[in-house]
Amino acid sequence: MKFKKNIATSDTGFVFNPGSGDSFSSNQIGTDIIACFKEDKSRQEIIELISDKYDVERNQLEKDLEDFLTQLREHNLLEE
Amino acid sequence: MEKLRYERPIIKKLNTGFVNKFGTQTKNEVVSHLEGASVKELIHQYGSPLFVISEKQIRRNFQHASRVFKTRYPKVQFAWSYKTNYLNAVCRVFHQEGSWAEVVSGFEYEKALGNGVPGNKIIFNGPDKTEEQLILAAQNNSLIHIDHFDELYMLIKVSEEFSLKPRVAIRVNMDTGIYPKWDRFGFNYENGQAWSAVTKIIHSGLLSLVGLHCHIGTFMLETAAYGIAATKLSELAHKIKANFGLAVQYLDLGGGFPSTNTLKGSYLPGTDTVPTIDQFADTISEAILGAGFDQEELPLLILETGRALVDDAGFLLGTVLANKRLSDGRSSTILDIGVNSLFTAFWYDHKVTPAQEGGQYTEETVLYGPLCMNIDIIRENISLPLLKRGDHVVVHKVGAYNMTQWMQFITLRPNILLLDQNSHPHVIRQAETLNYLQSGELVPEHLAKSSLS
Repeated sequence: MKFKKNIATSDTGFVFNPGSGDSFSSNQIGTDIIACFKEDKSRQEIIELISDKYDVERNQLEKDLEDFLTQLREHNLLEE
Repeated sequence: MEKLRYERPIIKKLNTGFVNKFGTQTKNEVVSHLEGASVKELIHQYGSPLFVISEKQIRRNFQHASRVFKTRYPKVQFAWSYKTNYLNAVCRVFHQEGSWAEVVSGFEYEKALGNGVPGNKIIFNGPDKTEEQLILAAQNNSLIHIDHFDELYMLIKVSEEFSLKPRVAIRVNMDTGIYPKWDRFGFNYENGQAWSAVTKIIHSGLLSLVGLHCHIGTFMLETAAYGIAATKLSELAHKIKANFGLAVQYLDLGGGFPSTNTLKGSYLPGTDTVPTIDQFADTISEAILGAGFDQEELPLLILETGRALVDDAGFLLGTVLANKRLSDGRSSTILDIGVNSLFTAFWYDHKVTPAQEGGQYTEETVLYGPLCMNIDIIRENISLPLLKRGDHVVVHKVGAYNMTQWMQFITLRPNILLLDQNSHPHVIRQAETLNYLQSGELVPEHLAKSSLS
């Protein structure tokens, strides 16, 4: 599960796909997760990092991370 | 280090397009309290989902409508439409404010009597009145609004048999320029049916014709239709006076005024499109005052307004059960509020607001109810903050028809709470239980013993 290399991201949640010309906006947690993806962190590492930073139960985060991946896939932002 | 507030991660595609020239509000409205009462606390104490009715808002609505009509027309009487909401507590608030009762069935009639409404202040409408109910209504001197010739002949028969002289009106249907034309109730004006009914009543000598009634539609957005209806009823009243020397005592314009809910398929919200009650009052008053009645024979104007007086006094509180991503990528949220409780979700795009502060991000989502039925959709598309399991929501303007048309289906119907004028909560209908639900069921003896072990 890898984020496409050519996708441009900003710290404020702006995401741009130069391949399609599509722009996206994500919330802060989404932005943090995308940053983790870009650093090639594993799913487990992402869960550790996010749950250290935010007030969330691990089960909830696991579920939401799965949903976020579905969104990224839907928007064609992940490598096949 | 204190952890940051969490909300689930989302990413939204940014679309460029036409600017919304109507400037729809983008700020998330949070309704955490209803008249000072905490939504969270109410749910904690009385369960979820939970209907909440504001007594203060009902009285405010009634007093406003009453003032609006009485400042335009000298003789006005409201009659509370029981079918809109016949919870006894709600009816009694209207009766305290001076409303008569308008009922459309035998049990509603008995409810009105039980709520202390004198018989002569009950209007008995509808196409289904049994012989026994007609006799009772006649004995109580109620106003019987005749719907069809079969009923008229039945009433003449029982009046003769029991030496009664019931006070009656006929319901008149007519072309007021709106579609669909409601011609299934009452006697038609244009084809002479209404006049035949009037003639029959007067010639029978057994019934006392005291009024004329119409009810031209529901959720009416066209005020002019009421002007036409009032004019046609006035013309019929003049014709009765001219032919029989009888001055009808009242014109009952029925109900049908809309609330500010947004009808499904509307481009603009109801708050922007629905005429005010002042506009209806203007049209109706002008039509009757301009119809040429003698001052001393000016008929009483009766209004059976229901929805417009109670819809915005009702709220339905609920809880998020789950979030789910649909196969096409859309977000969906499952609430514990189903269409079995919120029947009007079939008609309206109800306003739904979160009951707790969330982040600034919103997501287009489908709101589903908890029923294992595909039709259980509360909103097909709504922009809401990122709700999570356990969060609470408030559905607005649910006071009309939900607590009468709701269905006992799959889940049990919830508590209904009345917030009195001091915002004190009173349970006015208890949540259903399995025992309540099964209280009328009988199991034949041959099925009494369980065959599975």
